[in-house]
Amino acid sequence: MSMPLEHDYIGLSSEVPPMENSDNKFTSVGLNLKATELRLGLPGSESPDRGNGNSQLSIGAPNNSNNSNSCNNNNKSFVSGAKRGFSVAIHGGSVNWVFSGSAGSEPDFSPIAANAGKVITGSDSVTVNIDGLPQSPKPVAQEKKNQVPAVNGHGVAPASKAQVVGWPPIRSFRKNTMASHPPKNDDDAEAKLGSGCLYIKVSMDGAPYLRKVDLKTYGSYTELSSALEKMFSCFTIGQCGSHGVPSRDGLSESRLMDLLHGSEYVLTYEDKDGDWMLVGDVPWKMFTDSCRRLRIMNSSEAIGLAPRAMEKCKSRN
Amino acid sequence: MDPYSKRKKELPERPPESTRPSPFPDEVLELVLGLLKSNKDRSSVSLVCKDWYNAESWSRTHVFIGNCYSVSPEIVARRFPKIRSVTLKGKPRFSDFNLVPRNWGADIQSWLVVFASKYPFLEELRLKRMTVTDESLEFLALNFPNFKALSLLSCDGFSTDGLAAIATHCKNLTELDIQENGIDDKSGNWLGCLPENFSSLEVLNFANLNSDVNFDALERLVSRCKSLKVLKVNKNISLEQLQRLLVCTPQLTELGTGSISQELTERQYTELENTFKHCKNLDTLSGLWEVMTPYLPVLYPACTNLTFLNLSYAALQGLELANLLRHCPQLRRLWVLDTVEDKGLEAVGSNCPLLEELRVFPADPFDEEIVHGVTEAGFVAVSYGCRRLHYVLYFCRQMTNAAVATIVQNCPNFTHFRLCIMNPGQPDYMTNEPMDEAFGAVVKTCSKLQRLSVSGLLTDLTFEYVGRYAKNLETLSVAFAGTSDWGMQCVLGGCTKLRKLEIRDCPFGNAALLSGLEKYESMRSLWMSSCNVTMNGCRLLAREMPRLNVEVMKEEGSDDSQADKVYVYRSVAGPRRDAPPSVLTLSGI
Repeated sequence: MSMPLEHDYIGLSSEVPPMENSDNKFTSVGLNLKATELRLGLPGSESPDRGNGNSQLSIGAPNNSNNSNSCNNNNKSFVSGAKRGFSVAIHGGSVNWVFSGSAGSEPDFSPIAANAGKVITGSDSVTVNIDGLPQSPKPVAQEKKNQVPAVNGHGVAPASKAQVVGWPPIRSFRKNTMASHPPKNDDDAEAKLGSGCLYIKVSMDGAPYLRKVDLKTYGSYTELSSALEKMFSCFTIGQCGSHGVPSRDGLSESRLMDLLHGSEYVLTYEDKDGDWMLVGDVPWKMFTDSCRRLRIMNSSEAIGLAPRAMEKCKSRN
Repeated sequence: MDPYSKRKKELPERPPESTRPSPFPDEVLELVLGLLKSNKDRSSVSLVCKDWYNAESWSRTHVFIGNCYSVSPEIVARRFPKIRSVTLKGKPRFSDFNLVPRNWGADIQSWLVVFASKYPFLEELRLKRMTVTDESLEFLALNFPNFKALSLLSCDGFSTDGLAAIATHCKNLTELDIQENGIDDKSGNWLGCLPENFSSLEVLNFANLNSDVNFDALERLVSRCKSLKVLKVNKNISLEQLQRLLVCTPQLTELGTGSISQELTERQYTELENTFKHCKNLDTLSGLWEVMTPYLPVLYPACTNLTFLNLSYAALQGLELANLLRHCPQLRRLWVLDTVEDKGLEAVGSNCPLLEELRVFPADPFDEEIVHGVTEAGFVAVSYGCRRLHYVLYFCRQMTNAAVATIVQNCPNFTHFRLCIMNPGQPDYMTNEPMDEAFGAVVKTCSKLQRLSVSGLLTDLTFEYVGRYAKNLETLSVAFAGTSDWGMQCVLGGCTKLRKLEIRDCPFGNAALLSGLEKYESMRSLWMSSCNVTMNGCRLLAREMPRLNVEVMKEEGSDDSQADKVYVYRSVAGPRRDAPPSVLTLSGI
């Protein structure tokens, strides 16, 4: 499962190490999943030929020469293996964003206007890792060695948890001990079934942390989507407030709707088979039965999702 | 006539220094100075005059060496002829987090060889982050007949075979303390190597070992050693076995339990409860691996006099912690896992008014999916209830500037403030601003601050604050922070008492590195990794400051001009000669 070279918008290439993870369902060779592959890139751009038949969702995070942390001006691009990582390049010219590129599922948009010029190293654009997916990388510019296989070798596919070497700063003894005896944690399963509730995690690209919703409390897509809007509006406010995108001031509900349903974001979900689908294509009941996780994804990354949903639905039935 | 005036009469004029008789004979001076225990005091005393320097050297029995490469064993032996106890620290602290190459150095063997000839009467050896091989342990066991106490923390290179050698040959062993080491656990019966009549043990800590020990041997040992004060067993010791041990050791002051996961009958439970009732002398409790929380109440009777409770391997929930804490009225130090969440920390605030130290470790540091753990709310709750808090280590996933400001307002006496927001470079999650003001509040309010670890999204402003206000700061740890050289320059220029500075993944380059030229000789060490420092910058530093050792660790495949990892430290022993090929020593040219 080797990853092709990612194109990144700084003109540097980065290698994405192959990822093994137990959850990756895309290892079925032979399926031409290329058409539905999520690719990097702004809408309209071509991503490089993937070459291999294994399309993985895991599009490793090419290096984020992040704000203050990419130290080398010659940008040793660094990638840490990602389970499912996405990056979006944003031209840092007009937008004063500082991305702490090492964001895993918790990127931070911290516009530091004054220093933006300083912190974006050497180039006009900043590769950003905006990743709402779990177990996404925390890459650090600089470390060619990228990831250290997670020390927890017990029952967890190490490489899937891409980490910054030596971060958080915890001694090996503790890491190993906790790994072999994970604390009892009722959140190991991704969906808590039975007991009349169906909690699933919802992540949003760009939000610092995940939320959880109980699908059983909603009766329709509309209900779900308005609940999500309420839940995540605080994040988009942070994003689209006066700091960031110049042409928008404030945020109204309609603006958020635009964001969610318009050009900026799409609502996607991971189904029982581990495939990512657009929300809304299948009947609600079927959706709640098969939905394992939700993700509010940047629309630029959702190319190719739509057609599959219906095909799959048909093939199932 | 009072002695003072008599002396004055005997010394009418001031003779030249070399012939002026000392007011005290050397022996008296040594006796007096021999009473000094604090190393700081001894250092001061040694600077008074030559006589005092000599007296101090001859009367000193314990030496602490914070960086094993800052001095050579020969130099130590020459200055201090009567040492019986040595504490040595080796690798840079970031080696705990896998940032230092395997074979970096800090091997104890060369020290042991010198000690064997100069300090054959050596009794105690305490090592931190050193490489210790089985051969060295055997050498130690065979060459020091009076050897009593061995403590290994965060060391590597040895196996249980080495422990067996110690057990076999050290007839006077009082302390065997093996903590959090990279030990090759070959199992084997090292404990059984202690002779049958051996009874001098006072401290036994093998909590670190994963393999089984011979329980029968352990039980016999414990019943023979009437002076045993500290017993910390590993997780393979069951509750039932623990009970049998505790029956023999009512005098224990520190207990590390095994697992609390075995199924107990009611009778067993009652027996266990009774046993713990008799452990009234405990001031420290730890272990509690794999704890089955319904059994926690068994411990309550033993908690009355507890001052230190280490639950950092016990995944308790908030309520369970609350119930336990109600029985610990004397608690001063508490270590927990973040499974207790904010609720648990509220209970800490309510139940532990005497608390001075809190450490909250992450149960699942690498899983970003899990939105658990503790937040700023928990920390704030503790600060309201525990006004004496002065040491904190806090791993969390979110924090705000306002919360930290409140915390230090409640607890202005922080000496150690180590905050780890686990996602690198994360801002205040409510305002999206950098965390500059948080650490600004810390340094402005906590004038006694000695140690600071920063995290979150930080600009140079944080370091301006640190340089301006943290005048007592001795240790600073920085990761993924800062915006330019200026940040580091502020710290180097402002923190007059700085001794240890460790930096990773920050945009500090040569200008910053070189701004500390004059300062590094007054510090123990500087670590910079994944920053913007180049080989040329390091060479310049090495050239300008010959008494500093400047070492660069190169990563494979990295750019030749970049200095990936830099370790700078003062030394009177010159550049070291045992560096592996991956470590370039730039000094001594």
